[in-house]
Amino acid sequence: MTEPKPNEIVFKKRLSENTLRIEVVAPLIAKKAQPGQFVIIRVHSRGERIPLTIADADAERGVITLIYQEVGKSTYALGELEKGEFLHDVVGPLGHATPIEKYGNAIIVAGGLGTAEMYPIARALRAAGNHVITIVGARRKDLLVMVEEMESVSDEIIVTTDDGSFGRKGVVTVPLKELVEEGRADFVITCGPTIMMKFVAEATREAGVPTLASLNPIMVDGTGMCGACRVSIGGKTRFACVDGPDFNAHEVDFEELMMRQKTFCDFERKSLDLWLEEHPERAQSGG
Amino acid sequence: MTEEHKGKTAENTETSEKKKEKVGPDGLTKRDRLKIKRHAMPEQAPEERITNFLSVVHGYTLEMAYEEAQRCLDCPRPKCIDGCPAEVDIPAFIMEILKGDLEESYRILKADNALPAVCGRVCPQEEQCELTCLLAKKGPVAIGRLEQFVAEYMLDKYEKEPPKVEKIIPTKEKVAVIGAGPAGITAAADLVKMGYEVTIFEALHKPGGVLNYGIPPFRMPRRILDAELGSIEQMGVDVRCNMVFGKTITHEELLEDGYKAFFLGTGAGLPTFMGIPGENANGVYSANEYLTRVNLMEAWDFPNADTPVFVGKNVVTTGAGNTAMDSARVSRRMPGVEKSYIVYRRTRNEAPARNEEIEHAEQEGIIFKYLTQPIEILRDDKNWITGMRCIKMELGEPDDSGRRRPVPIPDSEFEIECDTLLVAIGQRPNPIAMRSIPGLEISKWGTIVVDDETMMTSVPGVFAGGDAVVGASTVILAVGHGKQAARAVDAYLAEQRGGS
Ligand SMILES: Cc1cc2nc3c(=O)[nH]c(=O)nc-3n(C[C@H](O)[C@H](O)[C@H](O)COP(=O)(O)OP(=O)(O)OC[C@H]3O[C@@H](n4cnc5c(N)ncnc54)[C@H](O)[C@@H]3O)c2cc1C
Ligand SMILES: Cc1cc2nc3c(=O)[nH]c(=O)nc-3n(C[C@H](O)[C@H](O)[C@H](O)COP(=O)(O)OP(=O)(O)OC[C@H]3O[C@@H](n4cnc5c(N)ncnc54)[C@H](O)[C@@H]3O)c2cc1C
Ligand code: SF4
Ligand code: SF4
Ligand code: FES
Repeated sequence: MTEPKPNEIVFKKRLSENTLRIEVVAPLIAKKAQPGQFVIIRVHSRGERIPLTIADADAERGVITLIYQEVGKSTYALGELEKGEFLHDVVGPLGHATPIEKYGNAIIVAGGLGTAEMYPIARALRAAGNHVITIVGARRKDLLVMVEEMESVSDEIIVTTDDGSFGRKGVVTVPLKELVEEGRADFVITCGPTIMMKFVAEATREAGVPTLASLNPIMVDGTGMCGACRVSIGGKTRFACVDGPDFNAHEVDFEELMMRQKTFCDFERKSLDLWLEEHPERAQSGG
Repeated sequence: MTEEHKGKTAENTETSEKKKEKVGPDGLTKRDRLKIKRHAMPEQAPEERITNFLSVVHGYTLEMAYEEAQRCLDCPRPKCIDGCPAEVDIPAFIMEILKGDLEESYRILKADNALPAVCGRVCPQEEQCELTCLLAKKGPVAIGRLEQFVAEYMLDKYEKEPPKVEKIIPTKEKVAVIGAGPAGITAAADLVKMGYEVTIFEALHKPGGVLNYGIPPFRMPRRILDAELGSIEQMGVDVRCNMVFGKTITHEELLEDGYKAFFLGTGAGLPTFMGIPGENANGVYSANEYLTRVNLMEAWDFPNADTPVFVGKNVVTTGAGNTAMDSARVSRRMPGVEKSYIVYRRTRNEAPARNEEIEHAEQEGIIFKYLTQPIEILRDDKNWITGMRCIKMELGEPDDSGRRRPVPIPDSEFEIECDTLLVAIGQRPNPIAMRSIPGLEISKWGTIVVDDETMMTSVPGVFAGGDAVVGASTVILAVGHGKQAARAVDAYLAEQRGGS
């Protein structure tokens, strides 16, 4: 057996139709990665630089885990890489680690793929002595990912689906508001679709529960060089890649973020359409 | 070079000695030389070049280079060298062109400057070597163009018949160079020549720094850049990309790993915004983001390359440095763009860009709006930029920099309609690397403080140079710093060795 080399994919599993989990050899990153940090990868030599959260890191084996959803050309192309193949580039760990303290009741609100991003954070919060309550939401049952993993690192878990196909019917902010009203929320951290994070911020604003949102603006370099990732926080411009990605949710201008995320919409569509034309077998499965 | 170029030359040296006139290797006298006019640079026509990303300049032919070289007086005290921050032995490399030995000419260039093809193309020669050249008033020797010619001629030749580059076997300590821009590349090249075991740690996926992400391919063709950068790896420098110093790897770890000295050439890559309302509108980019998308990520070739860039019909660039010229000229070349403006609060005289870039921009139909200051970015309800509110300026008293300060003219506000805005008003050093070294002294401008002589920072064994130390500057200044720091690292490590 040969030694795995840097950037090699050593594990690959499809978690749901468009969600995958891979493990990639990156010893230097695995050694340092802290919950909340991310990497930027490129799939091939003319590929885009895309940010993905380090969902787990194993310093001993020198591998990091990435969990991602196929949403566009780069992530679809990533989905094509098999075990034994290589990512072209992996750089990290980038961004600040999430501040892990003993808050008391720590609530995690994760939507869609945000769940993967919250996994290491839930684990760390629990290890720090918090009572971790995780709320996971998705549109349908088959879009839920990592529920079991989240369960294993939470004291309580609440699952919601928009259509009621699993857990409670409705959106994540309903159970969140209940917890806030019951006075069982000392700290909230959220990650998922921007619109969801916006409502999470609203749900905790009045009660003044400290709330962090892990933002996902468009990024290029991830080191503070381009400003693509700029977000308005309390009226000030900050770069999410170096100042974040976590920010005080009550200060985030979510409207601006949502609009900025649409900047390259037409291009992304075109890129994906071309890619799917070249990969007709994937076009059928969704996309 | 062939015999025919020496044609009009080899006269009798005896007669010229009688007249006490100096005769060069081509047999011409000073008087003959003064009669030759400076050779213009062959270029793509403006209307043609705005349709492509190919090199604007074609470069001298062998004949042109030879005749231009004949203009050099081979001065006993060559003033031109004083104007070059890397102290390239200018007359020496030019004389080799006359002797027909381009290989030797290239060797002379490379001895002082690891990046002659780059510098020949992008140095602001008119403020440097060509300003101090004895012939400056009459039309200086086209030193930059000759440098470019020799370097590109040899790189082409070496591409066809690769030279046997001896990998230098390191015999001395391990040195870490942070950042693969011109400063880091130069320091690494010099240190490896001295026998050190050199590793460059670069944050991006490609080396080159600004040369790769900032300067567009029509000014610096990537084939030439890659060849020039590649030569340092052939010499034995280990270039490791995707390594963010301070994140992926730290000072402490590298010390533990046996690195005995450090050179920080991390540049000034942090974009500055104007701080006016609406700057986070869609369609507003820092010049860095825009240029990185187009140049490094090759968005000019989207969708063949994956990274997109949005550019509308009316593109405004604010600022008037090289970055601004590059942004405006890239825009001129992007499909769908109808107008590319430069908005600058002072006048052409104060514009910091190289002369040639401003001229090229003018030829390409960039619309210059001088004495104009943006004050607000206008947006629609989807956060897209629709225009820019500006105010007219006039020049008042000189400020600290000695340039006349622009002051707003009351009630002169007006609007420019635009759908893309590129902010190119300056860059500051990126703090990631410097903040990761405890005790490193940083100035109030965010630059690394060094000893002017030794380039050593407040932390022993850590040196720095280039834009990280002086703020946004020039390639050749970064090269000069890299050289100076390499010598200082060598002296420092020699002392350490002696001491232990
Ligand atoms: C800090 C951070 C961490 C992230 N972690 C994860 C993760 O763990 N798993 C995961 O599946 N996704 C994660 N994302 C989002 C992921 O980066 C995007 O899904 C990916 O870039 C899409 O690329 P694409 O070419 O496949 O799709 P595209 O066609 O480029 O875009 C599809 C959608 O993704 C968004 N997007 C495009 N480019 C970027 C970009 N550079 N950064 C952010 N969003 C973008 C677009 O707004 C669009 O809605 C993270 C984003 C950030 C900023
Ligand atoms: C668009 C543009 C056009 C220009 N045109 C000209 C011109 O025509 N003529 C001219 O003389 N000058 C020009 N300049 C200026 C010139 O390019 C710079 O002065 C020069 O590149 C500085 O060199 P440097 O090595 O100090 O830094 P840079 O070229 O900035 O290189 C720094 C390198 O360090 C890397 N780095 C940063 N932080 C880290 C970290 N933490 N870990 C690892 N690596 C890191 C960066 O990724 C980068 O590759 C231009 C600049 C720009 C932006
Ligand atoms: S490196 Fe630049 S300044 Fe020096 S000789 Fe060459 S063109 Fe002139
Ligand atoms: S000063 Fe001008 S003429 Fe004299 S050696 Fe230098 S380049 Fe030649
Ligand atoms: S991604 Fe470029 S500055 Fe944040």
